[in-house]
Formats: sequence, structure tokens, C-alpha cells
Amino acid sequence: MKKNLLWKVILILATLVVFVWGIFLGTDPQKSVEAMKANGIVAGIQQNIHLGLDLRGGTHLILQVRVNEAVSAETDQTIERLKDSLKKKNVAFGDIIKLDPVNTPQKITLRGVDLSAAGDLRSVVQDQFAEYDLTPGAEGSWLITLKPSVFESIKKRAVEQAIETIRNRIDQLGVSEPIIQEHGLGEYQILVQLPGVDDPARVKEVMQSTAMLEIRQGLDNGRAYNSEQDVYAAHGGILPSDAVIIKGKSIGSKSANENGDVFYLISRVSAVSGRDLRSAEAGHEESGRPDVIFNLTRDGGDRFYAFTSAHVGEPLAIVLDGKVQEIANIKEAIRDSGRISGSFTDQQTKDLSMILRSGALPASIKYLEERTVGPSLGADSIQKGVRAAIVGMIAVMAFMLIYYGFAGINADLALILNLVILLGFLGFSGATLTLPGIAGLILTVGMGVDSNVLIFERIREELRAGKTPPSAVEQGFGHAWVTIVDTHVTTIVSAAILFLFGTGPVKGFAVTLTFGLLANLFTAVFVSRTIFDSILNRHQHGEALSI
Amino acid sequence: MELFGQTNIDFLSKKWFFLALSLIFSIAGIVSMLTWHGLPLGIDFRGGTVVDVKFTQAPNVDAVRAELDRAGLKNATIQADTRSGSNELLIKLDIRETSEQALDAGKENIIKALQTTAEPGKADLNNTGATTLKDYLLRVDPLHLGTDAPAQYTQIANAIITYRDKSRGGVFSSVAEAGSVTQPAVIQALQQDFFVSNFGVRNVEIVGPQVGAQLRQRALLATLYSLLGMLVYLWFRFELIYGVAAVVACFHDTLITVGAFSLLNTEISLTVIAAILTLVGYSMNDTIVVFDRIRENIKLLRKDSLTEIVNKSINQTLSRTVLTSGLTFLTVLALFVFGGEVLHGFSLALVIGIIIGTYSSIFIAAPMLVAYQQWRGKSIPGSPAPASSGEGRRYKSPAKA
Repeated sequence: MKKNLLWKVILILATLVVFVWGIFLGTDPQKSVEAMKANGIVAGIQQNIHLGLDLRGGTHLILQVRVNEAVSAETDQTIERLKDSLKKKNVAFGDIIKLDPVNTPQKITLRGVDLSAAGDLRSVVQDQFAEYDLTPGAEGSWLITLKPSVFESIKKRAVEQAIETIRNRIDQLGVSEPIIQEHGLGEYQILVQLPGVDDPARVKEVMQSTAMLEIRQGLDNGRAYNSEQDVYAAHGGILPSDAVIIKGKSIGSKSANENGDVFYLISRVSAVSGRDLRSAEAGHEESGRPDVIFNLTRDGGDRFYAFTSAHVGEPLAIVLDGKVQEIANIKEAIRDSGRISGSFTDQQTKDLSMILRSGALPASIKYLEERTVGPSLGADSIQKGVRAAIVGMIAVMAFMLIYYGFAGINADLALILNLVILLGFLGFSGATLTLPGIAGLILTVGMGVDSNVLIFERIREELRAGKTPPSAVEQGFGHAWVTIVDTHVTTIVSAAILFLFGTGPVKGFAVTLTFGLLANLFTAVFVSRTIFDSILNRHQHGEALSI
Repeated sequence: MELFGQTNIDFLSKKWFFLALSLIFSIAGIVSMLTWHGLPLGIDFRGGTVVDVKFTQAPNVDAVRAELDRAGLKNATIQADTRSGSNELLIKLDIRETSEQALDAGKENIIKALQTTAEPGKADLNNTGATTLKDYLLRVDPLHLGTDAPAQYTQIANAIITYRDKSRGGVFSSVAEAGSVTQPAVIQALQQDFFVSNFGVRNVEIVGPQVGAQLRQRALLATLYSLLGMLVYLWFRFELIYGVAAVVACFHDTLITVGAFSLLNTEISLTVIAAILTLVGYSMNDTIVVFDRIRENIKLLRKDSLTEIVNKSINQTLSRTVLTSGLTFLTVLALFVFGGEVLHGFSLALVIGIIIGTYSSIFIAAPMLVAYQQWRGKSIPGSPAPASSGEGRRYKSPAKA
């Protein structure tokens, strides 16, 4: 009995040491000690117990990737490849289009294929476009649709790529400890948390720019039209099938309408794109105008060389985010570098080169939610939360002392240990403490004491029924244990559901609550029991129990 | 010390009175939800913009409204912080002011409308972040460090902004105030290009319609799943009727709490939902303590009727119920009083819920067991009490007892 008790006491003390370590030293003691030396104990603790955005201030954004655009880009390329393949196979066709590129970008409609060529068409799609299904559509047309699994994986990849790109860009802006991850609550959404950023405008701008850079062939000798109608007029109302009209800012002396916008006829396919970039730097032209100098990868360089050698003397267009940035004549074949200029400021070329380096977004994004907590509010919240926690805790502890006498000390010790374990856990796990998390902490104190009350009331009952103190303690713990397990399990069920369905701060609350309850099982039952046993052991039989 | 000795109150004889009381509260809440305040959902669920603005002096709400009206923000609601000396206003815009292209258009408009001291060509130092300030300093280079001194200027910008937010409560009353943490040359430059408005933005929340709908659905599902999860657990540990009674009691608590929010016209935010789910867990705790006692007493007192057993069990656990509720209430009250504006809704839900949760486990859940048995007894005469029918199979006595 006595030896058993000793082991229990050692186990409890060891737990205490481990979790105190968690609070002050965490998983990276060296860093905590450094922080403590530099900025005091509180800074050291904050090194381990991370504060949520609502406490330290910062910006929380939820954005959505317009994944259909990535699918549309994929099917655009397919259309070009399909045209080539069909021509090679001598399959005549009317046109290949997407009827609704915004909502169903995965569906390509092929019209005007002669019935006799159906077999050839089938073999082309089966052999070269395995990721597509071919089905007959209305009025002799054919429907070429991305297989659902491929469709989904393109969208998923777009989100992953967007996360990667956004992370690169935010890193380059020098935001510390950002969180960028897929946001599980909605489809194709990304959660971005930027601690310490209370003015998100610039970060948002940098994140949002798709930076789709393409170098395409300028048609009609790079002529700038004043309106889209003019382009159509110049081509007798029908554009060549491999050309599109793209808007651009008027450059130099070229004519412009009131908005300063002009229209160019540009090839549908691009020679090289942002994916082929190896590097990009902000620089200046000889005239002093800010520009961006870029280098291409080996593969991109080869394609660019092939393109420029084939089109010497003809114009090329630099298209950025669907807008013609610059149009210039190719003087000679270029292999791997070029420059983008336009009417940029220094800041813009710096941002643009940084964005180009970080890669293009696979699709544009839109913001769904934006929350900014100023640091003064965060500091306020910590102060208030901590004050409420201390007041609540002292009130409860004082009551337990008055009401249960000596056993109250027992309960209070268990309560303090409960809090230490909970904070230590937060230190080890790197879980984030939010304002609702502090509330969860306070609630844990209130509900944690419930287990002690249950046990103590039961012991009192057993004593009243005439049992000796040791057997009353034994019976009290035994009976209360069943109830305590039931109550804890049900609360953990609701905390788990909160965790699954909640976001940010609410998740933090669920984590605090769950771990608090687990710690409570240990402190209120095991630790309290050990304290009782050691008291009973010292006062031999028959002596009264102060409860 | 002891507050309760052995009590012997006949709780069940008053069950119709308490049932009527619960009905009145529930119906009051439902009526308020349907015809009066509706379900006062916060922007988390409804979507919209909330900007928390702190002024240098006590703000004149009418003047602020006039400024917002002039800027065309006619639908803005202005809510003054009731605590004295905080000088804060919450300005809310509904979802219509939030366009998909520019989620933050409403926020920008509010800030622009309130910048009454704006000077042309100058930026507002009270509404500038550290990044923007750093970029400005790098461009102007007041200390002539050359263009390659980002580290120094980052430090200066951070020092100014931190001083503003931590020591000046978020607002400068003049650009010169920043002088206590930086060099005169920097201040000179700042005075050239910055002005100070009489307010600073402390907190911004903008929720688009899509997220609002998403969260609404999630919150509803979370509450339902949580109730369902408990029903299953209690079914497994006790009997189905115990689970049903406990879940009905919890649902009753949730309904009355939400009803109270409607009656008080207090907004239901995401954290309020967290509080309500905590309540569900808490109220369940209370109910289980009573049920556990009933289960134990059914084994011990085989001759007594269920009514007597339930009454006895409630009395035996009464002191624990009152003590725990009282203590939890104490901590929650500390939160309500000291927790500040951000936790107001959260702690209000808990304050209401703990009272209701305690009440329901005594006056709703336990009487339901008796009512069910009486109903079963009438339809199948002579059948064993349902509460004890599966006892031998399901109840496992604790190892130590």
C-alpha cells in the first residue's frame, strides 16, 4: 500500500515537471530561453503557447480559386491539339468550341464531322486524348468531355498550385509565420492567416494578381485598333480561327479612344508563358524607364528561339493577365531572355518581377472573407481574458476551501495541476490559444471542479450512512467514477464535433476544452485519490476526514 | 460547511407547473424569432461588414451617421460601445454593400467617409499599417541611408505602429506624437506626407455571402450531430428513452437560449454557437449525473415505484447539481463581467444556458422518464418498468465498488 502510494506520488510529480517544462521551455528550449533572456518570461512562454490572430493581431483571409479557369486553360490546349490531330488524320470538321466555357469548361463540342469519319474521330480521341470521353451530341455533333476523375484532379491541382504560389509571394513580402492552407469548410478555398499584418491591402494585391504572362504572336502587323468592331471590319466580319482580340493600353503614338484602350489581334496560342520563366528582375531601360528583365528555362528558350526565328520582322505581344502589355517587332532570333516594359513605376516593376518569380496562379482568385484584428484590440482581449480567468479561478478555489475545508485544498491542488497540464499541452502541441480558447480554459476550471464536487458529495453521503473514512473514500470514488466517465465522454463528443465543424478560433476552443477534460480525468480522479489516500495513511483508522 | 442536508422535495408532483413554464419560455422565444426580432444572426452567418472604430474623443453618433449618409452608406447601423471611456463605435454594413469584386469596398468607404480631417495628397497615419509605412520610408529615405536600408526602415515603421497601437491606444492625435519613438528627420518627412484622422480602425470583419451560407449550414449540422452523438452514446450506456429524454432536454435548452438571444436582440456569432454546443455538453452532464443515480437506485430499491426512485435520485444529487452549477456559473459570470465586448455573446449564452441547463435536467429530463413509464404502463399493463428492463444486460457495475 505504502510503496504503491509512493509510485503514484512520483508519477504525479513527474507529470507536473513535464508539463511545467511544456509551458516554459516547450519543444524548442533553446529558443524559449533566448526569448526569455531578451524579452522576459512572458515572451518565452509565448514562444511555446502560440497566440491566435484574435489575440496577437493580424489578418485572416479566405479566398476561393476559380478552378474552372484552370480547366478551361486545359481544354483550350486540347482544342488546339485536337485540331492538329484531326487535320493529320484528314478528318474534316466544322468547328470546335466550348459552348459554356465559364460553367462547363470540361465540355468541348465538335460540329460538322461527316458520319463516315466517325470511326477515325473515335480512334483519334481514344488514342491521343485518353483523359476525355467521346459521346454523340445533338444534330450530328460530338461532345468531348473530360473524364470526371481528371476534371476533379485538375481542380485539385489548381488549388495546390495556388497555395504554393501564394506562399512564395507572401514569403517574399517578409510576413512572419504565415499560415496558408486549404480551407476544408468550402470547395476550392484557401485559408491565409497573416500575423501582425493589420493593413492587408498590399498583401491582397500581391496575392491576387494572377501574373499570367504569355508571349504571343501579334497579327495584322501589330496594328492597334480603336474598337473591337474595327477589328471585325478589317477581316470582313469573321476573325481567323486561330486569332483573338485582346485589349491593351495604347503605347506610344498609336491612336487611342477615350479610355486609352486599344485592341490588338493576337494569336490564340502562346509561344512561351510564365511557366517557362527561370528568373525575373526589376531593372531600368536605357532611357531610365522601369522594366522587368526575364530569363527563360532551357526548354522555354528553345521554343522561344524557334518562334522568334520563324517570325523575324513580325510583331510579338507580351500579354499579362489577359492584357497586352507591350507589342514589339522581333529584330532577330532570341533564345532565352527578354524584357517587359510599359508605363510602370519602380514599385510596380519590383512587385511584378517578384510575382513572376513566384509563378503564376493557375486561375484567378476571389476573396470570400476578410478579418483584421488590430494589435491594440488583441492586447485588450488578452488582458480581459486573463483577468476573467484569474477572477473566476480564485472565486472557485475560495469556495472549495470554505465549503470542503481540508478536502478543498485537495480540489484546489487538482485544479491547479489541471491548468498546468492544459497549458503545458498547449506548449508542446503548438496548438493556438484563441480568445474563445481562454474562455474554454475558464470553463474547464468550472467544469473541472464538477468532478471533485461529485466525488466529495458522494463521500459525504457515504460518511453520513455511517461508513468509515477509508471505505467512504473508496465508495465515493467508485460510484462517482461511472458518472464522471459518462459526463466527460459526452462533452468530448460535442467538443470533437465543434472541432470538425468549426473554424479558427472555435477550433482552438474545442482543442482546449477536450484536452482540459482529459487532464481533468487525471487530476480530479487519480491525483485527488492519491492525496486522500496519503492523508488516510497518515491519520490511522477512525480519525475524522475533513470534508 | 454544508448547504444542503438530506432534502426530500417532491419534484415530480410539480412537473406540470414546470412543463408549463418551459413551454412559456420556448414559445416566447419562438414568437420573437418568428414575428419580432427574428433570428439575429451575426455577420458570420449573414455576411456583411463590421468595422470597429476607435476615436480620440467620445464620438458623436449623430455626426458619424451624417458623415456616413453623405458618403451614401445609408444602411449602416452604428452601435456605440456602452462602456464609458472606450470611445469606440461599431459600424455595420449589410451584405449588399459587399461586392464580389471588392469584398472590402464597404470598409474603404467607411474609412473614407470618416476622414474628415483629410488633407489632399496626404495619407492617414492612424489608418496605415507597418508595411505601407515601411514602403513609404524606403521610397522617401528621410535618413539618407540609400535605397538599400530595408532593415532599418522596417524597424522604424514597426516602432511607430507599435507605439501607436500599444501605448497610444491605437490613435495618434498628431503626427508629432510619433516623435517619441523615432528621429526628427523621420517625423519631418511624415509631416510632409501624412495627416492624422481622429480615429483608428481596431477590428474589421468582412464576410461574403458564400461563407455566410457555408457557416450557417455548418453551425446547424454541428448542433444536430452533437445531439445525435450524445443520443447514441446514452442509448449505448443506458436505454434509448434515457437518450431521448436527455436530448429533448438539451434541445429545450438550445431553443430557449437561442430564443433569449432573439428576445434580447443580441447577435448570434460563431463563438455563440460554440457556447451553445458547450451548453449542450454541460446540460448533458447534469442530466447524466441524475440518470446515473436513477440507474443505481433502480438496482438498490427494487420495491419503490419509478416516481419515488426518480424523486429520491434528484434529491440525492441536488447538492452536487446546485454546487457545480453555482461554481460554473461563477466562472462564466467572471467571463461575462470581465471578458469584454468580444466575449459578450459567448458569455451571455453560457450565463443563460447554465441556468436553463440545470433546470432542465431536474425538471424536464427526469420527469420525462416517469411520464414515459406511465404511458407505457397504461398501454401495456403489467409490463416491467422500461428503465429497469435492460439493466442486467447493460449496466456494468464499477470495478472498485
